[in-house]
Amino acid sequence: MEPVKELKKQQTQEKALKITGAEAIIHCLLAEGVNTLYGYPGGAIMPVYDELYKFRDQLHHVLTRHEQGAVHAAQGFARASGRVGVAIATSGPGATNLVTGLADAQIDSTPVVCITGQVPRHLLGSDAFQETDIIGISTPVTKWNYQITRAEEIPEILAKAFYIARSGRPGPVLVDITKNAQFDSLDFTYKPCKGVRSYKPVPQPDLAAIEAAAHLINQAKKPYIVFGQGIILGKAEAELKAFVEKSGIPAAWTILGLSALDSDHPLNVGMVGMHGNYGPNVLTNECDLLLAIGMRFDDRVTGNLATYAKQAKVIHFEIDPAEVNKNVKVDLALLGNAKETLALLLPKIEKKSHGAWLGEFHKKYEEEYEAVIRRDMKPDKPGLTMAEVIAEINKATDHNAIIVTDVGQHQMVACRYAKFRQSKSNITSGGLGTMGFALPAAIGAKMGAMDREVIAIAGDGGYQMNIQELGTIFQTRTPVKIVVLNNDFLGMVRQWQELFFDKRYASTVMTNPDFVKIAEGYHIKACRVSERADLAGAVAEMIACPDAYFLEVKVEKEDNVFPMIPSGASVSDIRLK
Amino acid sequence: MENQWFTISVYSENQVGLLNRISGIFLKRHINVESLNVSKSEIEGISKFTIVVNTTEDWTRHIVSQIEKQIEVIKAFYHTDDETIYQESALFKIGSHLLFDERQIQNIIKDSHAQIVTVSREFFVLAKTGRRHEIDQMYHELEPFGIMQFVRSGRIAVTKAEMPISALLAEFQQA
Ligand SMILES: Cc1ncc(C[n+]2csc(CCOP(=O)(O)OP(=O)(O)O)c2C)c(N)n1
Repeated sequence: MEPVKELKKQQTQEKALKITGAEAIIHCLLAEGVNTLYGYPGGAIMPVYDELYKFRDQLHHVLTRHEQGAVHAAQGFARASGRVGVAIATSGPGATNLVTGLADAQIDSTPVVCITGQVPRHLLGSDAFQETDIIGISTPVTKWNYQITRAEEIPEILAKAFYIARSGRPGPVLVDITKNAQFDSLDFTYKPCKGVRSYKPVPQPDLAAIEAAAHLINQAKKPYIVFGQGIILGKAEAELKAFVEKSGIPAAWTILGLSALDSDHPLNVGMVGMHGNYGPNVLTNECDLLLAIGMRFDDRVTGNLATYAKQAKVIHFEIDPAEVNKNVKVDLALLGNAKETLALLLPKIEKKSHGAWLGEFHKKYEEEYEAVIRRDMKPDKPGLTMAEVIAEINKATDHNAIIVTDVGQHQMVACRYAKFRQSKSNITSGGLGTMGFALPAAIGAKMGAMDREVIAIAGDGGYQMNIQELGTIFQTRTPVKIVVLNNDFLGMVRQWQELFFDKRYASTVMTNPDFVKIAEGYHIKACRVSERADLAGAVAEMIACPDAYFLEVKVEKEDNVFPMIPSGASVSDIRLK
Repeated sequence: MENQWFTISVYSENQVGLLNRISGIFLKRHINVESLNVSKSEIEGISKFTIVVNTTEDWTRHIVSQIEKQIEVIKAFYHTDDETIYQESALFKIGSHLLFDERQIQNIIKDSHAQIVTVSREFFVLAKTGRRHEIDQMYHELEPFGIMQFVRSGRIAVTKAEMPISALLAEFQQA
């Protein structure tokens, strides 16, 4: 009999199953609906791998080529699917290799559960082989973490881990499990966690505050929405759209909010932040009411706080009370899930249009078009621009792809120019800015959304930070598309050196390998383009390919991303060149 | 905004890693903890952290909400000195011969309302409970005679007003 069925039968007979801790871990994962996890084996986690082998028909373990790849893949899976991503690693170096991904998931509120093996309980604190204090190390970069030292703790703690990772403001959870707890037996029964008494994941909406917000919105002459990932995490896309359409309020997004509202929606006015659109930044300082929905006023969004939206009343829609008044002092906080808050607010607001005000965004767009966009899209020089490549991808995918970006110039250009009509389609490392994110995250994203086209876009620098994950793509035959926009520079840093360090290009010049050969070494179809005439054909061929595909595009070496808010400057001082 | 003394009171579950998590919140923001005390609270099974900081009210509010966000934390509050009754304790170990050689010491003990905890042939131990400045004053008075050992506890405090946690805890009792 299949173990899970047997387990169910035994449980319905109210008799606990006597199994090892390692097997219990598998049953917990299955009970949480996990079907894919990412990891790398080693001594302290071997009992679990032994069980993964036995359960390989029910649980797909993806062997990445590095634990950082595993955790980023779990993040990509979570962000594309809306479910909890799972990564697993051994003690010591296996565990420490997860740390960057944990920090990334923490700052970008991504639900992941990481399980690490640990030396047996009796060796804790003895500096045993591959012992590291991963609980201490991961504490500042996890929403919660816990060390299991007894097999009996496994079901309750893992249930709690999944509950905490996905509830309220999601985040990463790490569970460290000593080897003895994996070997020992326990009486297994599984109860999903329904709550933790000291933890209130979602604050109750305050109806009086909602009334007050409706009043402010109905009075406002130049209201303006900036929304973030809270819309996606709260599954509030439909509510946002209804709210935007009834209120007639122009809406801009942070890079993590991107794709929550159709790119071509007439009230979608573009991107805020350091390399965002001109109008959305400048007009932040001209609106009379700023509705910040599911965003956290990151410094890359606000620029200098002393000159940020000072003229406006600010309403903050936020699930995490600790974010309110953290960076920007607000006039009104609407605590709770954006889905619920927006639904409560909708009937209380008047149907309006703000034609003249929206027109100001259009006017600013024209200015940006003349100064920046035309040059990006239709350059008058032979070198390819990054924007041309993104435009070609838009065309070839009809705005339906999931775009997973790395960090740097290509990331900003992709966020500026990629078009979306489905939510959860823009996956990028926003808060931490982790180079090396895109390739492994794209693997996870594809596995989390098998029916979608998934395209990783990376620079030549970041691509090489986790390039080993080509091995994972090859072994699992995951049909992700990989685009490297190669400028032979650490482009974004070079841009800063050009603008602020008198072109002293300290350690930003890259002597690169033959990327096509490397991909081909992993038996991945590969192509290189450096001429404009070949671009459309190459992109079309990549999209048409049913398998994984690698496309290197040689782009202009010293292009800069504009507009740009120099760090420390005001959103109104955004530069067009 | 001016720096000020604040007493932060944290009610929490009793969990191994929580102290580390809470101290990390201060570390990350480069804020010094002036004193820290962990004990049981008025509610069974619930621990209480009493943390003293000298910083602005904005930062204190920010820290308190970050603390409250931790999974095992039930509630966190902050109060100014005016809003609390607070004390620290200190122990002074002093050579016994001084009791007889230095008259002045007997006066210090009397005036400070310190308690003699133990006396042996070699040393005696004074315990003093009070405000920080009272303990400091006693320290300065005894210092010229030679203090063999000195230790001061973290601040402990209760608020003048009711801690608005009773309702929450009643909920716990029902659950
Ligand atoms: C792990 C890591 N190290 C360093 C940085 C700093 N950094 C930000 S962008 C950038 C350059 C990225 O270059 P590349 O990957 O070639 O992309 P491009 O900017 O050229 O598009 C660097 C080094 C970072 N974000 N992450």
